[in-house]
Amino acid sequence: MEMDKRLQLINISKTFPGGVQANKDVSLDVKRGEIHCLLGENGAGKSTLMSILYGEYHPDSGEIWLNGEKISIPTPKIAIEHGVGMVHQHFMLVPTLSVAENIIMGMKPLASFLWDMKEIEKDIARFAVERGMKINPSALISSLSVGEQQRVEIIKALYRGVDLLILDEPTAVLTPQETHDLFETLHKLAEQDFSIILITHKMNEVMEVADRVSVLRDGRVIGTLPIANVTPAILARMMVGRDVSFNLEKSERAYGEPVLRVQALNLIGDKNRQILKDIALEVCSGEIVGIAGVDGNGQNQLALCITGLMKPTSGHILFDRKEMAGKSPLEFLKTGVGHIPEDRHAMGLVMEDSVADNFMLQRYNDKFFKKLGFLNMTAIMEYAKKLVKFFDVRTNSVKTAAGNLSGGNQQKIIVGREIDRNPKLLVAVQPTRGLDIGATEYIHKQLLQQREKGAALLLISTELEEILALSDRILVMFGGRIVGETSAGRANVDKIGLLMAGMQAEKE
Amino acid sequence: MDFIFSLQLLLQATLRMATPLVLAGIGETFSERAGVINIGLEGYMLIGAFAAYTTVFYTDNLFLAILAAVLVTVLFGIAFAYFTITVKANQIIAGAVLNIIGLGISGYLYRILFAQTLKASAVRTFQQIPIPLLKDIPLLGPTLFDQNILVYSTYLLVPLAAIILYKTSLGLVLRATGEHPHAVESLGIRVIHIRYGAVIFAAMLAGIGGAYLSIAYANQFVENMTAGRGFIALAMVAFGQWNPIYVWLAGLLFGSTFGLQLRLQAGQTAIPYQFLQILPYVVTFIALIISHGRSMQPKAMGIPFEKEGN
Repeated sequence: MEMDKRLQLINISKTFPGGVQANKDVSLDVKRGEIHCLLGENGAGKSTLMSILYGEYHPDSGEIWLNGEKISIPTPKIAIEHGVGMVHQHFMLVPTLSVAENIIMGMKPLASFLWDMKEIEKDIARFAVERGMKINPSALISSLSVGEQQRVEIIKALYRGVDLLILDEPTAVLTPQETHDLFETLHKLAEQDFSIILITHKMNEVMEVADRVSVLRDGRVIGTLPIANVTPAILARMMVGRDVSFNLEKSERAYGEPVLRVQALNLIGDKNRQILKDIALEVCSGEIVGIAGVDGNGQNQLALCITGLMKPTSGHILFDRKEMAGKSPLEFLKTGVGHIPEDRHAMGLVMEDSVADNFMLQRYNDKFFKKLGFLNMTAIMEYAKKLVKFFDVRTNSVKTAAGNLSGGNQQKIIVGREIDRNPKLLVAVQPTRGLDIGATEYIHKQLLQQREKGAALLLISTELEEILALSDRILVMFGGRIVGETSAGRANVDKIGLLMAGMQAEKE
Repeated sequence: MDFIFSLQLLLQATLRMATPLVLAGIGETFSERAGVINIGLEGYMLIGAFAAYTTVFYTDNLFLAILAAVLVTVLFGIAFAYFTITVKANQIIAGAVLNIIGLGISGYLYRILFAQTLKASAVRTFQQIPIPLLKDIPLLGPTLFDQNILVYSTYLLVPLAAIILYKTSLGLVLRATGEHPHAVESLGIRVIHIRYGAVIFAAMLAGIGGAYLSIAYANQFVENMTAGRGFIALAMVAFGQWNPIYVWLAGLLFGSTFGLQLRLQAGQTAIPYQFLQILPYVVTFIALIISHGRSMQPKAMGIPFEKEGN
């Protein structure tokens, strides 16, 4: 084995109980000082493979070689001892404890005293600076931004002597600026001979940060290539197994009448915090209005107000010139508002219920689905089968629980349900979050089709690419206000980026 | 002079009444910090009280009695831990069951062993051990330093608990376990072990608190003699914001209401004694209303730990 190889995985296979084969004869090597991207769609087996490397799963067969030595990794503890660390997608940090406390937790025997926290904090600060990161070790985790918390996770791993760091979808929660900072940090670490494995399904990230990339599909490695030899198109073909069109075909068309008019909308939350301030916007029939912004700047509350799920403190929501503010969600539904909610698990679906039942969530009271006051199961099943087929939901049966489907198929249920009601206004919040290329492409096409049919669409997304690709007009939200507007034609990524960071708004 | 003497009696009573509350409350603090709420403290205390009383009755040995109370409640603690941690039963229901069992078993065995035969009688109790010199400090001396050994033990227990919680590696892990157990597990520490330990520790202290009632505060066992003290200890933990020092102060507050109502009853006021007796419970009620909303309650408290991915 060559000396510059830190890690070598040889013919790793893993089949889960239930017969799903997540990894098939996966072989992979990672060099010292290398940023190695693991690219693949959801369900391609990336996370399983890394969980095997981190001792959370056990492979059925195959070998793990680390620094020229064959090892087995039964638990995360052993993985850390071998120098393998993992930054999980959901942070493993305790919000009520300080940075330093989170970092040293479990490093000393349980019976040891921690009188010397100040010393420990100093040491951690010094350690971080040496590796090109800045952090305040005495700060509480709950006071840190998401990007800073991620930095703590990285330091936590490195402080334990890890030299091979796995990051699972690290940019999913970051702003463009934070992503940039993270990649800079990773480059610095690679220069210091750390090896980094980055799990992602975003090709632009791979192009930006990777030295080499391995593409996984259906549990197999399709190929490992130096970044100089690939283009996004090549990667997409490797990931999906067919050509993917990046440029959505969007016809030029004139907008119709305004369907939604929001005027002077204000929302005041707990502790008198102003969540929405003087929001005014219009969405016309046949138009997609995109709202860009970093998560948590009031977009979600705006969507909830417009769909009737939250009552604004003041202001108007006019739907076809009819005042809707203060009406119940049911009345919003009846007027033709469709909603693809941000969190499909919490709001979009009842995970334990069947696919068919999930299609019925708003329509159980329709005459068509009732018989003598009871649900007409025959009609419901037929309707569900029709939708499953039409919207290409991959499921064994319409009686399968929605929670057993993949994220993409779950989202198709929601999109299908909302679209089939022929909404006049469709509010789509993060419609493709966590979805793979195939499913994203599909959902985007469905949204554009709604536009063709003359629906008004309000698209709220933190993915700038998505906003740019779909919108006719783009609004940017920051701190509960709309701080800027550009048409899609003139859309300028830098300008939007600055607005998202609040640069032209009153505060930093 | 008369006033000073009354105050001194009140303060002495406060400490005596606070001790079982503080013992149970400190244990529960650790348990809840690790993410397991046990509303069954009342059950532990009754079992402990009965085990201690019975042991003294037959052996006349107070320390053996404490040991017995600890052993028996720890057994119940292990059972509670098994159901709530291993089997992942609902912690509130398991705690309610523990209360019912504690009340039932202690009452049942008491009747079998003692009540039927009228053998029940007063037993030896922990006596006051005045500490020379210190006890002569005016007011504070007799209050703090003329008590029995179990009261003294809380002087050590409370600071020790605070040090363990805030100044040791174990305490750090304990606090993290109740907030974000998956973070703890991801560092190679077994959440289940930490929780078992905390639950058993809580059982042990509640058992001693119960023993205190039957062989230090009183000199006999009475059915349901805890009279809601387990629940008051539970309220203290929330009121004391899961901090041993504050829990102790809350214990003194509730202890003082018990002491006050006794003093007032003895003082023959015009208020019917039933109203005085509800005083501690009314204060508990008010305390819970005050502490509501600014709660530091551990996030994962009451939620069974499930390993991810398996």
